[in-house]
Amino acid sequence: MALKSAMAVTGVILVLFLIAHMYGNLNAFAGQEAFDTYSHHLRELGEPMLPHGGFLWIMRVVLLASVLIHTYAAVALWRRAGRARPVRYQVTKRVQRSYSSYTMRYGGIMIALFTVFHVLHLTTNTIHPGGRSESPYERMVAGFQPEFWYVTLFYVAAVIAVGFHLRHGIWSALATLGINRQSRQRSLNIIATVIAAALTIGFLLTPLSVTFGLVE
Amino acid sequence: MNITLRVWRQKGPDDKGRMVTYKVEDVSPDMSFLEMLDVLNERLILEGEEPVAFDHDCREGICGACGVVIDGEAHGPETTTTCQLHMRSFSDGDTITVEPWRAKAFPVIKDLVVDRGAFDRIIQAGGYISAPTGTAPDAHASPVPKADADRAFDAATCIGCGACVAACPNASGMLFTAAKVTHLGMLPQGQPEREARVVQMVNQHDEEDFGGCTNIGECAAVCPKGIPLDTISQLNRDLLGSLSSGAAE
Ligand code: HEM
Ligand code: SF4
Ligand code: FES
Repeated sequence: MALKSAMAVTGVILVLFLIAHMYGNLNAFAGQEAFDTYSHHLRELGEPMLPHGGFLWIMRVVLLASVLIHTYAAVALWRRAGRARPVRYQVTKRVQRSYSSYTMRYGGIMIALFTVFHVLHLTTNTIHPGGRSESPYERMVAGFQPEFWYVTLFYVAAVIAVGFHLRHGIWSALATLGINRQSRQRSLNIIATVIAAALTIGFLLTPLSVTFGLVE
Repeated sequence: MNITLRVWRQKGPDDKGRMVTYKVEDVSPDMSFLEMLDVLNERLILEGEEPVAFDHDCREGICGACGVVIDGEAHGPETTTTCQLHMRSFSDGDTITVEPWRAKAFPVIKDLVVDRGAFDRIIQAGGYISAPTGTAPDAHASPVPKADADRAFDAATCIGCGACVAACPNASGMLFTAAKVTHLGMLPQGQPEREARVVQMVNQHDEEDFGGCTNIGECAAVCPKGIPLDTISQLNRDLLGSLSSGAAE
């Protein structure tokens, strides 16, 4: 139970992060200056109370802690499920469960791997398809050029995986936190689907627009 | 109709077990699933073979003894108990796979019979109220709002069959536990132990090696008594409340 509450709470933190992050990414449509200023402001937030980049580092610590707790709880639940059914069924059938709920664990692994790649790509710029740059905007635009279609494809796949993960994850977190009632169950599921779909589409817009030349 | 059955045979708790195929002929569509197994067993006995052990008692859907997994679904293709499932839900020539509930907490005793004692221990841990002795109180001494009474009654219809565990990809027993927590938690008589009950029952549930709930909902979909999924959320609400108030001790 502690595990599940921890998953729900850290999951909510990560969803809030994704909403903010998507907003940041959509700045790409306002041009290089807006995007880079946004990135710059992230580092200035809280100054002079905090040192340069201080806010960002606090966020990074919170996010990393959330990811670690979330993953730890997920692995613990996965192992518990394995122990709870030592002999498997010969025939299994999904009665009502969604594709999302079915792929939570594998989707989670994929998203974790993607996040590592993604930070190496656009934050540290260790991986730099299309060349290094000081400007986050240029790094991004360079990476999603048509010749690096496989980079874009990986992003698209990861974002879709995030969408499925959130579809079940948001619903499950609400139920775990005790918010579900029979009369609300439909609405909660609709809310989860809408947030998941909005984030998926919002995240897809930026890289696809670069690849298809709408943003350069 | 003629049916091919693939049945799990396991001599005892320590046997490894395996699937065995049998042909069952001249099955009437009006037979219940258990009657079809009876037909098979009578033949096996005549042939000097060991009949297929399966659990059953009331055969009218109220005792909860008879559950098996049929073609991957707990209690089979209809939302009812195995004893209330009829052969008309299948077609002539079908191959039907029959397996016991599979969960560490429900060890197989023989063939399709499992030990659901873990459920009894969850009830012992907190599924009770302390009733004073003496004459029964007047029926109208503690009024209960209609909506609460209905909800308590709906939750109380759980027959402890274990289909929720069998269907759960995590082999979690949360729906069963939540049904009892909801049933007693909705009524005035259940209030004195309410905070301690939920903690004790969930602890016992975890000790019995059931898996953790991830809100997938297969349990409520197969439950023959239609225990609603939101009872689990109600349990979580009670649990979070009693853990944070520290009243659990
Ligand atoms: C496909 C759309 C995405 C694009 C175009 C994108 C773009 C970016 C960019 C440009 C940065 C660096 C910002 C800066 O340095 O100021 C960044 C940081 C980050 N992104 Fe994304 N991102 C996308 C999706 C995601 C997703 C789905 C996740 C989560 C799973 C994610 C997690 C992160 C994290 C954790 C950081 C911060 C790393 C740090 O500052 O330490 N991103 N992203
Ligand atoms: S909750 Fe439903 S499926 Fe689970 S034991 Fe009770 S009656 Fe059976
Ligand atoms: S035999 Fe009693 S419920 Fe099926």
